[in-house]
Amino acid sequence: MDYFAQQLINGLVLGSIYGLIAIGYTMVYGIVGMINFAHGDIFMIGGFIALITFLILISLGLTAIPVILLVVLLVSMAITALYGWTIERIAYRPLRHSFRLAPMLSAIGMSFVLTNYSQVAQGARVKPIPPFIIGGYTLHESADGFVIQLSNIQIMVVLTTIALLGIFTWLVSRTRLGRDMRACEQDQTMAALLGVDVDRTISMTFVIGAALAAVAGLMYLLYYGLVDFFMGFVAGIKAFTAAVLGGIGSLPGAMLGGLAIGLIETFWSAYFSVEYKDVAAFSILIVVLIFMPTGLLGRPEVEKV
Amino acid sequence: MTAIPHETTKARRTAGIPFLLKTAFINALIALVLFSLMIGIRTEAGSDGQLTYWTRFGDLASIVAAVFGGSIVIELLRQWIGPTGAEKLVPPSVQSGMSFIGRYVAPALLIFTLLVPVIFYDQRYILDLAILVLTYVMLGWGLNVVVGLAGLLDLGYVAFYAVGAYSYALLATNFGWSFWVCLPLAGILAAFWGMLLGFPVLRLRGDYLAIVTLAFGEIIRLVIINWQSLTGGPNGVSGIPRPTFFGIPLDNSDDGLAAKLGIEYSPTHRIVFLFYLILALALLTNWVTIRLRRLPIGRAWEALREDEVACRALGINTTTTKLTAFATGAMFGGFAGAFFATRQGFISPESFTFQESALVLAIVVLGGMGSQLGVALAALAMIGGFELFRSLETYRMLVFGMAMVLIMIWRPRGLIGHRAPTVYLTKANAISSDLVKEGHG
Amino acid sequence: MSGEPILSVDRLTMRFGGIVAVQDLSFAAERKKITALIGPNGAGKTTVFNCITGFYKPSGGSIRLAHDDGKVIALERLNDFRIAKQAKVARTFQNIRLFPGMTALENLMVAQHNALMRASGLTFLGLIGVPSYRTAEKRAIELATEWLKRVNLLDRADDAAGNFAYGDQRRLEIARAMCTEPALLCLDEPAAGLNARESAGLSELLLSIRNELGTSILLIEHDMSVVMEISDHIVVMDHGLKIAQGTPREVRDDPKVIAAYLGTDEEEAAAVMESGS
Ligand SMILES: Nc1ncnc2c1ncn2[C@@H]1O[C@H](COP(=O)(O)OP(=O)(O)OP(=O)(O)O)[C@@H](O)[C@H]1O
Ligand SMILES: [Mg+2]
Repeated sequence: MDYFAQQLINGLVLGSIYGLIAIGYTMVYGIVGMINFAHGDIFMIGGFIALITFLILISLGLTAIPVILLVVLLVSMAITALYGWTIERIAYRPLRHSFRLAPMLSAIGMSFVLTNYSQVAQGARVKPIPPFIIGGYTLHESADGFVIQLSNIQIMVVLTTIALLGIFTWLVSRTRLGRDMRACEQDQTMAALLGVDVDRTISMTFVIGAALAAVAGLMYLLYYGLVDFFMGFVAGIKAFTAAVLGGIGSLPGAMLGGLAIGLIETFWSAYFSVEYKDVAAFSILIVVLIFMPTGLLGRPEVEKV
Repeated sequence: MTAIPHETTKARRTAGIPFLLKTAFINALIALVLFSLMIGIRTEAGSDGQLTYWTRFGDLASIVAAVFGGSIVIELLRQWIGPTGAEKLVPPSVQSGMSFIGRYVAPALLIFTLLVPVIFYDQRYILDLAILVLTYVMLGWGLNVVVGLAGLLDLGYVAFYAVGAYSYALLATNFGWSFWVCLPLAGILAAFWGMLLGFPVLRLRGDYLAIVTLAFGEIIRLVIINWQSLTGGPNGVSGIPRPTFFGIPLDNSDDGLAAKLGIEYSPTHRIVFLFYLILALALLTNWVTIRLRRLPIGRAWEALREDEVACRALGINTTTTKLTAFATGAMFGGFAGAFFATRQGFISPESFTFQESALVLAIVVLGGMGSQLGVALAALAMIGGFELFRSLETYRMLVFGMAMVLIMIWRPRGLIGHRAPTVYLTKANAISSDLVKEGHG
Repeated sequence: MSGEPILSVDRLTMRFGGIVAVQDLSFAAERKKITALIGPNGAGKTTVFNCITGFYKPSGGSIRLAHDDGKVIALERLNDFRIAKQAKVARTFQNIRLFPGMTALENLMVAQHNALMRASGLTFLGLIGVPSYRTAEKRAIELATEWLKRVNLLDRADDAAGNFAYGDQRRLEIARAMCTEPALLCLDEPAAGLNARESAGLSELLLSIRNELGTSILLIEHDMSVVMEISDHIVVMDHGLKIAQGTPREVRDDPKVIAAYLGTDEEEAAAVMESGS
């Protein structure tokens, strides 16, 4: 039981990170109907920028951890968001009204570019950082000595995710930008006629998605203590899987899918085999889609004849 | 969807030097922010696991300067060429002219290909490259059945390549079966896996299809990595038998082909043999595909791509139609995989990554979905181009990725932008790709 | 046998969540006759078609199709493509669904898929090019040519369907449906978007299909001139319910129809009904 509870905690933390990345996929899909294959790499870039900012701040002699964290968070969100914005401008906007496969391949190309850009710029070796946020709570200790631990970093990841989701939900449901985004999702031409700046709205979607991915990158860095140039691919397809599992286009679906994938992975590793954890996640995705072709929370597709 | 008119179009055309400088300055500023940390600072883990960093402001400055200069050049070019979309650069008359040329390009290309081993007999490097290109031509033609004809997206095509390669490798190393027995088996096994993939995706559309095929490809790769007792895991399978000339080995032994023919042995013989082997396999793929297109099943594939609902209203079983498309494409992938295994003599999961699937898909899309000649040209351009940049080493994938982006922007509908009808009464009119749908998958 | 209706719809109901698009609808379509299904926008006509052709699974009721040989098929139990293949019901769509990237001839060849598939020995015999497949293909091309002639599109046989004018696309879609050699042809607003001359041509085409080939036709149409001219029997729907049926004359004079058709403005409604006479 204790073991189970511990895995549950671990799974939820991992799921939160996936969920944050998955939101970026789902948002972009909802508004431009394309899979942003480069999104996983945006997450990786976010991790790197966070790492480099950490290094600089520490070598500047800063010691107050909360200040460091805040600065790192803001810097990595800002710069990564600019990456998202630039990529949309360069690789996707010219293909906005083109055939569906063209932007997808452009995105795959962009993903190759980002992976290798980071490899060339920062080298291929894994970059570790010393643990920043240490300590935690022992929730329960059983007779046989097994302890359920809730580390501070885990608390931080979950709290940050919840806070961001709150802000994000508010942004989408209450602000002018959110309304414009929903309008573009429904019908871009109509939205444009009604005075919505479609280009700007789409740009902002990429910016927000990238900023969330940057947060996920930072959380990953803090939680696992390392980044490397290839981490975007694996995390990217996991998050994409999460977005699809939840029902692509649905924001709560993305979070739910993220948690589901995180839990599946953790529990499979804990109870069956670590090697096949990804196989399990992908297989469950396939099985779910057989029975629910539009994911857990996706709108069922009505075939209008 | 109608394109929303771009407000800045007019401004660009009449822009003067201040506008140019302003754009370049903004771009340079963006580049400065983007690259400040990633390029300006270099991190590295020291031997003690401690992270260190050093600055590279010189590199940063030169990149920002390059962006500044580059923006001016691009902006000038844009003003000269005008803001016409890239697609319009090729007028319809030229398009139909291209189909005319196509009638001669294809045979000329074929004759040239047949002569490659004669012309480049002494250039091992070129022969190897030609074999590589032909392998991708074959993979492209195989995937073209699924993506180009049936309009079903497949991001995990490499899985079938892997199934074919491992089928041959394992059957040959464990049971000593010959290549010619294993080749059809590899195709059949791959086709079987294609059907298996087909079932879950029958009801899926678009991006759901994309992720499931991608996941399928990853599952196969992960199983190969982890099922060590069968596949050798990350170490792969080595010692895969080389192909024989219908039982006669192509080596330096007494009953080798060279000895039997009474000529002097040369390692090039095997390369040449491999070249003609893959050429034959690729041509078989091409021939079968062209024939299938003119059969009811092929027409049903294309009709499926155009309108699935209409297909059902005409009594077409869309389930079997989709499954046969997946199976046929997978079978060709399996053949190619078996060839790959016998050529390399060694295979490992590293050869079957998502990048490979993406590359083959890029070849199909760049070729102009559904066009056999286009796919061949695209494979030549992509693989040949990729080789050209070999000297760039680590920058190679960077350049390759950029090329993919630029090519898609330049020709979103591929090199060959029209479709040839499968049957006609009086004249085979080329159909503009603007009319051809790309399927829902 | 011929007195028996080819299609009998009995208490058909179709619900979408809370919306009841069709409610307890019963009607029959006579063999070798043209039956029209009319009603104001949103009455549920297309939904009835979708139930008959298997695109929707009815929430309730039965749909029986009786072939000439006496075989009766329960359509609500067959799914999608089997209705076209086994029950031989062909249809067109309100918003035309051709294969735009294929030529007119290819469109008609796709329609003969099942016959050609059989002739090609499920592709294997066709692949090696057996003569029997070649003759089957030749016959298929002949049938397609004949239909292209009938709908006046022979000179455009090798052009992409997506390039056709609207009226030509409508006729090509009918030809495509007919190439499946159906027992029952269901047409969803074939005259929509046609000008007066084209409408007249359409009426002629439908009459010739009924008279010369003996194909039964079920027709949804808003163009009253077409409906009144060619229908043998008319069923009127409103809000998912059948409100009247009968010959064109009976329906035209039915006050319920007039009232339903254009709301309460009876004068205007009468004018619409008159235009059909
Ligand atoms: N797939 C569906 N899901 C939900 N509601 C539907 C669906 N199909 C049809 N409806 C509803 O059923 C009702 C009847 O629609 P239907 O298309 O059958 O009308 P119609 O008589 O063909 O109208 P028109 O003359 O405009 O073509 C409408 O209110 C429509 O919104
Ligand atoms: Mg309708």
